[in-house]
Order: sequence, then C-alpha cells, then structure tokens
Amino acid sequence: MTDLFEGLRLVLQTDVLIAIAASAVYGLVIGSLPGLSATMATALLVPVTFYLSPIAAVATIITASAMAIFSGDIPGCLLRIPGTPASAAYTDEAYAMTRKGQAELALGTGLWFSAIGGIAGTLSLLIMAPALAEVALNFSSFEYFWLAVLGLMCATLVARSSPVKAIASMLLGLLFSCIGMENPAGTPRFTFGMTDLLGGIEPLPALVGVFAVSQVMRALSEAEPPPLPRRRFGSIMAGQWALTKKYPKPMMRGNIVGIIIGVLPGAGADMAAWVSYALSKRFSKEPQKFGTGHPEGLVESGASNNASLASGWVPALLFGIPGDTITAIAIGVLYMKGLNPGPTLFTERASSMYALYIIFILANIIMIPLGIIMIRVAATVLRAPRASIMPIILLLCAVGAFATGNNLFAVLLVAFFGTLGYVMERNGYPVAALVLGIVMGSMVEQSFVTSLIKSDNSIMPFFDRPISAVLAAITLGALLWPVAAWLIRRMKARAPAVAGASGGHANG
Amino acid sequence: MSMMSRRGVLGATAGLAAAGALGHPLARPALAQPRFPNRPLQMIVPWGAGGGTDATARIIAALLEKELGQPVNVVNRTGGSGVVGHSAIAMANPDGYTIGIITVEIAMMHWQGLTELTHANYTPLGLMNRDAPGVQVSASSPYKDIKALAEGIKNSPPGKLKASGTGQGGIWHLALVGWLQAMGLKPDHVRWVPSNGAAPGMQDLVAGGIDIVPCSIPEARAMLDAGRARSLAIMAPERDPQFPDIPTLKESLGVDFQTAVWRGIGGPLKMPAEQVAILTAALERVYKSKEYSDFMKSRGFGMDWADGPGFGKVMAETDAAMGVAMKAAGLTKA
Repeated sequence: MTDLFEGLRLVLQTDVLIAIAASAVYGLVIGSLPGLSATMATALLVPVTFYLSPIAAVATIITASAMAIFSGDIPGCLLRIPGTPASAAYTDEAYAMTRKGQAELALGTGLWFSAIGGIAGTLSLLIMAPALAEVALNFSSFEYFWLAVLGLMCATLVARSSPVKAIASMLLGLLFSCIGMENPAGTPRFTFGMTDLLGGIEPLPALVGVFAVSQVMRALSEAEPPPLPRRRFGSIMAGQWALTKKYPKPMMRGNIVGIIIGVLPGAGADMAAWVSYALSKRFSKEPQKFGTGHPEGLVESGASNNASLASGWVPALLFGIPGDTITAIAIGVLYMKGLNPGPTLFTERASSMYALYIIFILANIIMIPLGIIMIRVAATVLRAPRASIMPIILLLCAVGAFATGNNLFAVLLVAFFGTLGYVMERNGYPVAALVLGIVMGSMVEQSFVTSLIKSDNSIMPFFDRPISAVLAAITLGALLWPVAAWLIRRMKARAPAVAGASGGHANG
Repeated sequence: MSMMSRRGVLGATAGLAAAGALGHPLARPALAQPRFPNRPLQMIVPWGAGGGTDATARIIAALLEKELGQPVNVVNRTGGSGVVGHSAIAMANPDGYTIGIITVEIAMMHWQGLTELTHANYTPLGLMNRDAPGVQVSASSPYKDIKALAEGIKNSPPGKLKASGTGQGGIWHLALVGWLQAMGLKPDHVRWVPSNGAAPGMQDLVAGGIDIVPCSIPEARAMLDAGRARSLAIMAPERDPQFPDIPTLKESLGVDFQTAVWRGIGGPLKMPAEQVAILTAALERVYKSKEYSDFMKSRGFGMDWADGPGFGKVMAETDAAMGVAMKAAGLTKA
C-alpha cells in the first residue's frame, strides 16, 4: 500500500504532469497526420527524454503512444486515410459511417473504446503481468507461424469484395515483403542492384501510398461526392454508453484479444486491430451490415488496439523483450533512466511500477477530454472544400515518408504505392489486404524457415507442441469451415430435390 | 521544463524533417577570423531513430555541441540495411561540418557484395564504444560453464545444437563462427537460426527453441537479471568491469578468440588536418565527460576510446577478421 502512495506521489510531480499533458497533445497531433505513425511519435521523443526525470521520461512515451494510436482513427474516419497502420483495418467502416452522417458517433466510438481498451490493458498489466509473461515465453517460432497465418486469413474476412480478389491482394503484399535482404537467408532478393531496396519495403510508405495518395488521385479523377448536409457537429460522447450496453461481448472480446496479442512479442497493435475486426464480423449477429457504416466492428477493434498497447509492456518490463516497435524504443529509455527491466522492477522498485500503472490510467482518462477537442478541431476538414484539403494531404504524405529516414526513396515508394492502390481500387481489389500482406509477410516467412531450421526440416513440431497444436486446429478449422459449410448447404439443397437449384454461392 | 520539452520536440521534428543538405538558418555571419566550427554541424546516423546507435549518437552530439559551441544536428539516414547512411557519410563534403557515426557493419557489408564502401573510405575521428559478445545459455541448460558447453558442442553431431541472436551473416553469427573455428570445429557445427535481433533470440533461448545466443551482454542483461539465462563467457581480451563475474574465453577455456561490435565517429576522406584535430580533441573530451560515462553505464554499453589513427586500426583489424570468418561461413560474394 505504501508503494501505491509512493507511486502516486511520484506521478503528482509538476514535471511529470506537464510531461503527460505536453506529450498527450503531441501524440494526438502526430497520430492524426497521415504518414506519421505512433512509432515515429515515440522515436522522436527519445532525445527529449534525455532531459527529463525517469518517471517523466517514461510518462511521455506511454502518453504519446496511446494518444497517437487513438488519433490515427481521426483522418481514417473523416477522409478515409488511416493515420497509423493500427487504424487501417476499420478505416472503410468508419468512413462509411461519416458518409452516413454519423462522423461523431464513429469518432466517439474510437475514443471511448480506445480509452476502455487502454484501461483494460493496464489492468492486465497490473494483475497478471507475471502470468502473461510466462505465456509469452512459451511462444516459439512454431506458434508464431500459425499466428501469422491466422493474421493473413483476416484479409478475406475483413474485405467486402470477393474473397478471391482479397486473397490476390494479400498475395501481392506477400510478394512485396520478399524484397530486400531482411530475410532468413540474409541474401538480397528482388533488389535489382538498388541499394535502397536492400532494407525491404516498410509497411508505412505502402500504407500511406495505397490509402492517402490513391485517395488524392481519386479526388482528381472523380466528381466531388455530394456534400454532407451542413449541420452542427453533434455530441461525441452521446450514444457511447448505449453502444457499450449493446455490444458488451464484442468489447470484452476486443479487450481480451488485444491483451493477448499485445503480450506476444512481435505482434503489436496493428495485428490486434485486424484480428479483432475479423472476429467481430465472424461472430456478429448482423455480419451483412459490416462495411456499410456499422459501429460493432469499431467497438471491438478500437478497444483491441489500445489494449494491446498496454499489455505490450509486459514482456518489455519483465524480460526486456519488446512487444512491438514502440516498446522496443521504450526499453532503451528504461535502461537509460535506471529502470532496468526485470522481475526486480516489480519487487524492489514497486513504487516506480505503480507510478507507471497510474500514468497509463491517467493517460487513458485525459484521452477523452483532449480527444474531444481534437475531434472538434479536426472535424472542420469536413466543411473545407476538397480542392484545398487534397494538396495538403499529398504534402503531408511526402514529408511524412521522407521524415522516417531522411531518404528520398521512401517518397518515391509512396508515389508508387499510391498509383498501385488507385489501380487496385478501381478494379475492386481491397488495398487493406495488400497492407496486411506486407505487414505479416516477413513474420510468416521468418517463423516458417527458422522453425524448419530448428527442427531439422521436420514439420511435426508445428503440430505436436501443445499451443501450436491448438493454433493449428483453429487455423485449419477456419480455413476448411467455409468449404464444409458450402458442402452441407449443397447437400441440404439437394435433399428436397428441387429441380434446377443453382449451386453457386457467393461465400462471404 | 515545459518550454524545454516543447523545444526539444520541435527541434527533433525539424531536424528530422529538414532535408539533409539544409543547414541551420541561423548561421552566424563570418567574423574577421573564422575559426572551425563557425556554423552548425551535422551528424549522420545510418540507423533508425530510437535504437541503440541513435541514442549513442544523440548523446555524443549533445555533448559535442557543448564542446564546440555550435549546434550538432543528428540526422537519421536509414535504408539499405545501413548502406545508405554509411554512403552518405563517405560522400559528404569533406569540410568537417558533416560527420557521422560508423558502426561495425562497415567491416561486413562489402564482403557480402552489398556495397563498394570499406573502412578505407572514411577519415576516422574517434572510437566511442565497444561491446564484446557473451556466450549465453538458458537457465535450464545442462551446460553449467563454458568448458561443459565446449565439450558438449564437440561431442554433438554437427548441426544438432542451434544458436541465434541476429540475421544470417550478422555480427553475432560471425562471432559464433569465429569461436567454433578457434576450437578447430567447422563453422556450421552449431547451426545458425536467423532472428530479427538479439531480443527475439533471447526469448527463443528461454522458450527452449535454441541452445546458445552469442549476443552482447547488455542485450542479454534483462534475461540474465531475471535468472532465465546464464552468460558463460565473454569473447573479449579481459572481463567487462560492469559484469565482473563473467570470465573471458581465454582464461576459462584457453581459446584466444575475441571480437566485438563498435561505434565510432568518422567523416569523409580528405578532411583538413586542422578540422580533424579539433574534432578528435573534442570527441576525447566528450568521451571523458561524466555525462557520457553515466549514459553508457546506464545503457550497459561498453566504453572504449581510440583517437583517429587508433580507430582506423580497429576498423582495419575487424575488416580482416570479418573477411576470414565470412569466407569460412560461405557468406562472401564470389
């Protein structure tokens, strides 16, 4: 108990509170700009942390990353341009709600359930950190392989287009992920002698290209959509309580899935959002409404990506293993500030740990008022003429791509993916599945090849390790279920012997 | 405090967003006797913001700024697995205003045929850090000391034991190859499992997927502190003062093999001698400052100083050793 009060005292210092407030605003702004990700927001904070006290330094990173993940929803919802990769899974859904005149409901859902997810993730950290860390430590490359395959399968579940086109997009993404020398063999592939391709295709330029630049290109070639009726932007939080009561199960499932995926090193908020959105659609009573502006998927995946953010700190704090790119940066800061990760952090420096928990909860609470202000400011873009918004977005895309590595090649990549995304969308290929392929590609390959090296080319460990067996069963089950369902339906249709029954089913 | 953090944020953003070639707009007008440096410097980092090399470069830049009285802007030039940034340092204008942090990869990349660049393309200014790999096993491993592990490796059929900690042909892979060769074994007697860095390797070690992780001790520190892994030896000429309980390979096994990763500051060729002397002297003062040693200690990074020629020698030696190890492992481009 004294540790708790000591932790509270550590947080209630002027410098810590100012650090939280300043980094909250900073995170909201960076996250809402297309092309600047939550990871980049965190990386840019590192030089600032040199000058801060230990608790204030960690507070800036926790606060800025939580805010950035939420505020990535804002441009996704208003302009169909996700601010961070974690928002890409449900961007189409949120934008559809905006077109229906429910922008405030969509944004409020993102905000409210992000905050709930963040707090749920923190509670998991508080209560179950050691137990969760044990689970994470039992994951070897065999388990990651199945997890990555499950992630890829979300492409077909999430897409509204034909599954064949979704799979084609995803495979194209996998092909892009083969570029470079960051593969298990360490050998350059598809680089055509270009130095810039050695490092491979990063997901961020691809994401910015296929979503933002292709949107700008569409705006050039298509007539302006009918303007939304001019009206006062309604209450943002109204209706959230009703949604909470209406969708308690998706919310809880989002929290739990987010916590589990966050704890697993290497699978971060991006994957949590995808899996949760797919699960939500799979188990929904009204799956046909998904993609038409239905809040259920937003509830689940919005909670999920913020929950994963907090639980990603579990392996980082206990074993110094990063859960995602954000905690990878945070670990460096923890060491620098003398808060060395390890079990002793939880025992000998318990007050510092409590301080971290309090900061997590505080950040998720102030997210609500600050988020409301941010949404209100951002909503003015809905009233601005499209001709003045689009050039600014194009500029932001170029600057954001350049800023990640001061490398002009990234800007060219954005342009390339913009063109590709435009052509794909025109022909009904979902670009989100392409991004998923690029994000998951290296994980699929890496886990498969290293697993085979470890097992001396035997595939048995993919099935005879306990966790691996369960994941394999889920994967194969999910893969074969549509086929089985189709066969059963077909047999039932045959049984009454209705002559001339058409057998063609569009399987969603 | 608030102003400070705001300024820091804006400064960092501007520094990253500004084109590499753009200087600081507030360059002072040249006075009667222009002394080096009379305008801001730029320090190129070939790796991404937020990593260990980036943090080291930023602390050096901050302290160098105090020594030289001019801002030192850190610019991350990533891409091409380090090739892009290293090229940018080598091709910069040799006026002393563009320098960069050079990492051990410069001794490896050209052997793989990834670039023409070698250590000979730089003016070395000072070595700032060196970390030797340890030999880590899981806490549940049957090998309690390095002798038992060496015996276990010799008696196991080739390829049975597995090691990990970086990608194929990465620095820790070559450390393992060098050690196996020093024991008279084939370079692939212990099979290498490529991973995305030391942390996933350490996790797989504890998960029971692999047997050995030869990464640097700071990278393994959290797992060592947690009692999940043991470090049996360090591949260095002497014990690390921060980890005095870990014996060297030479004293515990009688195998004289050592290697290390290092980071140093360098610039393009043909820099004026006066500039080189000023920068090296300033770097030495940075190295000896309390702030620098405090930072390095907190991150667990090893301290090692050498002046320009000394750093050049370290680079040349590493280059030769890496060439031997990479040829043996079949990683060089014919």
